[in-house]
Amino acid sequence: MLDKLIAGPPSRRQYIAYGLMVGVLLVLPLFLSDFRLALVGKYLAFAVAAVGLDLLWGYAGVLSLGHAVFFSLGAYSMAMHMKLQSEALPDFMVWSGLEQLPWFWEPFRHFAFALPMAVVIPAVFAIIIGYPTFRSGIRGVYFSILTQAMALAMSILFIGQQPYTGGTNGMTNFQSLAGISLYKSGMRLGLYLATVVTLVGVVALALWLVKTRTGTVLMAIRDGENRLRFLGYNPVRYKLATFALSAGIAGLAGALFVPQVGIISPSSMSILPSVEMAIWVAVGGRGTIVGAAAGAVVVNWAKTVFSESLPEAWLYVFGGLFIGVVLLFPRGLAGIADQLRALWRTLPGRPAHAPQPQQRAPEPARSPAADGSRNHASLALPVVEPVAATAERES
Amino acid sequence: MYYDILYAEGVTVDFDGFRALDQVNLIVRKGELRFLIGPNGAGKTTLLDVICGKVKPIEGRVQFANEIDLLAHDQHAIARLGISRKFQAPSVFDSLTVHQNMALAAEVPSGFLAAAFHREGGAARRRIDEVLDMVGLAGRRGEVAGALAHGEKQWLELSMAIVQDPELLLVDEPVAGMTAGERERTGAILEAIARERSVVVVEHDMQFVSRFSSTVTVLHAGRVICEGDFATIKQDPTVIDVYLGREPGDGNEPGDGNAA
Repeated sequence: MLDKLIAGPPSRRQYIAYGLMVGVLLVLPLFLSDFRLALVGKYLAFAVAAVGLDLLWGYAGVLSLGHAVFFSLGAYSMAMHMKLQSEALPDFMVWSGLEQLPWFWEPFRHFAFALPMAVVIPAVFAIIIGYPTFRSGIRGVYFSILTQAMALAMSILFIGQQPYTGGTNGMTNFQSLAGISLYKSGMRLGLYLATVVTLVGVVALALWLVKTRTGTVLMAIRDGENRLRFLGYNPVRYKLATFALSAGIAGLAGALFVPQVGIISPSSMSILPSVEMAIWVAVGGRGTIVGAAAGAVVVNWAKTVFSESLPEAWLYVFGGLFIGVVLLFPRGLAGIADQLRALWRTLPGRPAHAPQPQQRAPEPARSPAADGSRNHASLALPVVEPVAATAERES
Repeated sequence: MYYDILYAEGVTVDFDGFRALDQVNLIVRKGELRFLIGPNGAGKTTLLDVICGKVKPIEGRVQFANEIDLLAHDQHAIARLGISRKFQAPSVFDSLTVHQNMALAAEVPSGFLAAAFHREGGAARRRIDEVLDMVGLAGRRGEVAGALAHGEKQWLELSMAIVQDPELLLVDEPVAGMTAGERERTGAILEAIARERSVVVVEHDMQFVSRFSSTVTVLHAGRVICEGDFATIKQDPTVIDVYLGREPGDGNEPGDGNAA
């Protein structure tokens, strides 16, 4: 995985591959029904969120297991806007006996307010959660557990505040967005294309960012945060900024998700969906950006296929898929091609003149001496890294 | 003009009732190469931790360059003041290349956005080249630091400290785990560094210390028990008693057991 991370700018071949992927996404609407198109649009919204999570986890090594909260905060912002489009007082408020629209709902009438808020609210929330946490040196699994508690607390809060949030049922039955009916012909296509454009933009931003000094600093934080501090860097600022950026991207993804799917509820912001997001990134390949996006699409596509054909078995398939990928392909989908190439070279009878990768994977046992053990977000995955390293060495 | 680069007075560190440092004074002059020696647990590394802000003492004061109160600064701020540290175990960023490691040290952008728009300057690049040439890693700049041998990692980390151009360099056991040849080279590097800046070295290896004509401070159980050149401290009865034993380098506590 690691040699991948520090590889130079994407090669021309990679750019061509990216171009082809975007091309496929752009012609897809010609072949799909509105229903299927909305489904793909949903996968792509998830892909946007996965890119944000990959920046945080794959590069800075900070695993957030509460990212569904940020995603949902973005989705709720957009849902509030859509609710107010067709109802003076949203239905659930009427049922809860509310007679007047709460003041904080008022500005969401305007699309020009709701859309930026879908990014700003999650980012600010991430800073509120992240600042005291990073500042007091909470890292690794402790941080992950903390974000999980946040996810649980937030979903309970949203369920409890029925008059303001729609409670357990959340919000649904949307009619229009920014004054345009959701059932107008071309609206579905427009939402889909907006999602594609956002995904391309977010991927480009992430690919650029990780090539800059900021990317180097984030990887250094992952390798040895304390060591970095002694060079004069303040890791808290970098982690906080990355956490906020990642949360903002998740919120944007949520805003794209809700008009295409038509419902948002507290079950979307709890622990399970948060863990699922981490799985998309792990399956796609941590620290690969494009791989993480692909992971979100593949996992969710598989989820649709399996839950249509064998609904009760889906969770088992999901678990099996996760375990299988992590054990066999620790570098995720993005690493499979490289691993196959390495395997091909080891086949008997193959001439050994194949060019060796110049940058070898380093020793798997990384021990940032400066700060001991709590440094890596080491939930399950790093344990299997030796597999990759061994495969590499045998090549 | 000659002034004290580091002035520490009455430094006392308490770890849950254990006095790691007890009223320690340490004055390092500009351009001085100072060795800190002493048995395990004497407080040598803790003293470095205090200087670079990792450990806060319960008592005492620590001043840098005559006026700056180090105790009032955070670790990263202290690094920015011009104090670099090289740790005992090699700690470089394993998944970054040698050059990326050096670049991180050579120029420190102020934050996330500044780093994103940061461009490596020509001066920084030249300085990196210069230092890598000096330590003999110039040919390996494109390699991942995790793939370097133990001694090379130590040199890389030393290089990262040097390229920061610190006024005061703190070095913790630079030759631990090194081969004889690597020690020679490390010694030469340290001498070259000390010509231009102040260096404080924690070392166990008495043979290594004896090679340098410089001041040695001996710590024992959190106190300074002796200070002077190597010839003087070698004769000091207290030092012989608690640390050197009958013969320096007889393989006992102080010897190079740590570096074998």
